[in-house]
Amino acid sequence: MTMTKQTYVPGTHPSLPPPKGTTGIAYWLKMNLFSSLSNSVITLLAIYLLYLAIPPAINWLFLDATFVGTSRKDCAPDGACLAFIGERFNLFVYGFYPAELRWRVNLTAILLVVASAAVLWDKIPARKYMLWFALAYPLIAAWLLLGGLGLESVSTHLFGGLMLTLTIGVTGIVCSLPLGILLALGRQSNLPIIKYFCIGFIEFIRGVPLITLLFVASTMLSYFLPPGSTFDLLLRVLIMVSLFASAYMAEVIRGGLQALPKGQLEAAESLGLNYGQSMRFIILPQALKVSIPGIVNTFIGLYKDSTLVIVIGLLDPLGIGRASVADSAWLGLSTEVYLFVAIFFFISCFGMSRYSLYLENKLNTGHKR
Amino acid sequence: MSEAQSNSTNDLCIEIRNMNKWYGDFHVLKNINLEVSRGEKIVICGPSGSGKSTMIRCINRLEEHQQGDIIVDGTELTNDLKNIDAVRREVGMVFQHFNLFPHLTVLENCTLAPIWVRNTPKAEAEATAMEFLERVKIPEQANKYPGQLSGGQQQRVAIARSLCMRPNIMLFDEPTSALDPEMIKEVLDTMVSLAEEGITMLCVTHEMGFAKKVADRVIFMDEGEIIESNKPHEFFDNPQHDRTKLFLSQILGH
Repeated sequence: MTMTKQTYVPGTHPSLPPPKGTTGIAYWLKMNLFSSLSNSVITLLAIYLLYLAIPPAINWLFLDATFVGTSRKDCAPDGACLAFIGERFNLFVYGFYPAELRWRVNLTAILLVVASAAVLWDKIPARKYMLWFALAYPLIAAWLLLGGLGLESVSTHLFGGLMLTLTIGVTGIVCSLPLGILLALGRQSNLPIIKYFCIGFIEFIRGVPLITLLFVASTMLSYFLPPGSTFDLLLRVLIMVSLFASAYMAEVIRGGLQALPKGQLEAAESLGLNYGQSMRFIILPQALKVSIPGIVNTFIGLYKDSTLVIVIGLLDPLGIGRASVADSAWLGLSTEVYLFVAIFFFISCFGMSRYSLYLENKLNTGHKR
Repeated sequence: MSEAQSNSTNDLCIEIRNMNKWYGDFHVLKNINLEVSRGEKIVICGPSGSGKSTMIRCINRLEEHQQGDIIVDGTELTNDLKNIDAVRREVGMVFQHFNLFPHLTVLENCTLAPIWVRNTPKAEAEATAMEFLERVKIPEQANKYPGQLSGGQQQRVAIARSLCMRPNIMLFDEPTSALDPEMIKEVLDTMVSLAEEGITMLCVTHEMGFAKKVADRVIFMDEGEIIESNKPHEFFDNPQHDRTKLFLSQILGH
């Protein structure tokens, strides 16, 4: 027993570096991948499976793939037939929107990026004016897509593909958040009429599948409306999707409201803030922050649910994919088509989920427990 | 008549008459009568569950009473929201768990209510806030978030936040109970200096040293009733009721 430990006078102990071998890459590998025999086996097995899967996938998708061609016969038998995707690309993006007017869709998309940047990114230059622009954006987008007021009109039944998904998704997201907030607050109201209306609405919508609501929108609604009245099908879908998402949103936000300590509202009230001010400055900013994962979850669900519009005859990318697979000149290409659709949906949904993480980190003010 | 009215509002800051409150069937506050003069400092103590917090929370209507009258600064607390808002503007409150707004900086915590309730211009509200943050000795923390401060610092911010509304009355609901021993003193020092400036204070606390130092009156509550109300030296040296004696022997026993 030898005591080699250095001793210090109390109060003079310096901060020492950690012992060797407890930091760095080697340590990380050891701790995370090879911490025990079973973990090492699983790690090696996973590496082997990746080795089996990735090189053939790269061969199929890139090296052996055919990028140019006019029918199935032009494609190499062992590679992906991407020529087909290239040929149908415009259909996937614009649906049946008239080719000579597609610049309007493109412009709407570019402006959507600008408007989203204003809302989602708080360091954008001249943010105040950008937010005004974002507020006006829905009107601008509707004008560009539908026409009128000097632009050639385009009927909504020509909408399809990616632009249809984005139209439904963005409208649903933009409408369901404020509606959801109102429903969540209404559900907690002291006024019985408001409270029970909100509860009834939320429970009814949540109790009915979206497909049912879409059928109601496409067929049954016309029985209730005066005969001969034209009520655009896409508009009905947008309303139904927004209402559907807002009921889910309301419950997500209610969860956030309940997560707040009671003291927050009491502190706000004791300072003399009225109900509206307390909600706007104190309760909602915190409740929404807690609800971000659930809110984005609802957004992603809503976005993917937009593919259900196929049941009432609107063609989103998935619908166009299904129609394309049946094309007799291009038989047997379902892998390519569905992979393309999957990549499109994955990119948008993964983007939303990354943004939500960024937002959570940005809003973390050090009171996370 | 108007003279009598103005007279009473001048002398009396808070008037509670025959006030009763129930939680469901449970009678929490039983026939409370309390008059607080302007500038008076009152310490309220008693065992837990005796209704002390509930009583002071009735004064700014965080709790609703079912019977009796509460008149604060000449305004009677009824269901009239205008009266409630008027009272809350004049009454500051400090909570056991601070209840700072965690998503706002210290400075924003202090300026929010003056800007939106009192319509103070932002620059002026910030100047006032910095003044009060200096008074509680933490101006350097103004741009931090509450989560980055120690408990004692947070409670001092909470006091500054209330003071920024320039209240006539301050309510303290066990302001030091959630603090580490080393931080209690800094908060009590702040409260003592506040007391010396003549603001009306009602303080629920078990800090008997503080009570002896600043209180004009000490009130002892048990099971929803005010048992005893007396000047501090009388209260501590010569308690009248057995219940008070027992309580004092228990908290001063160490």
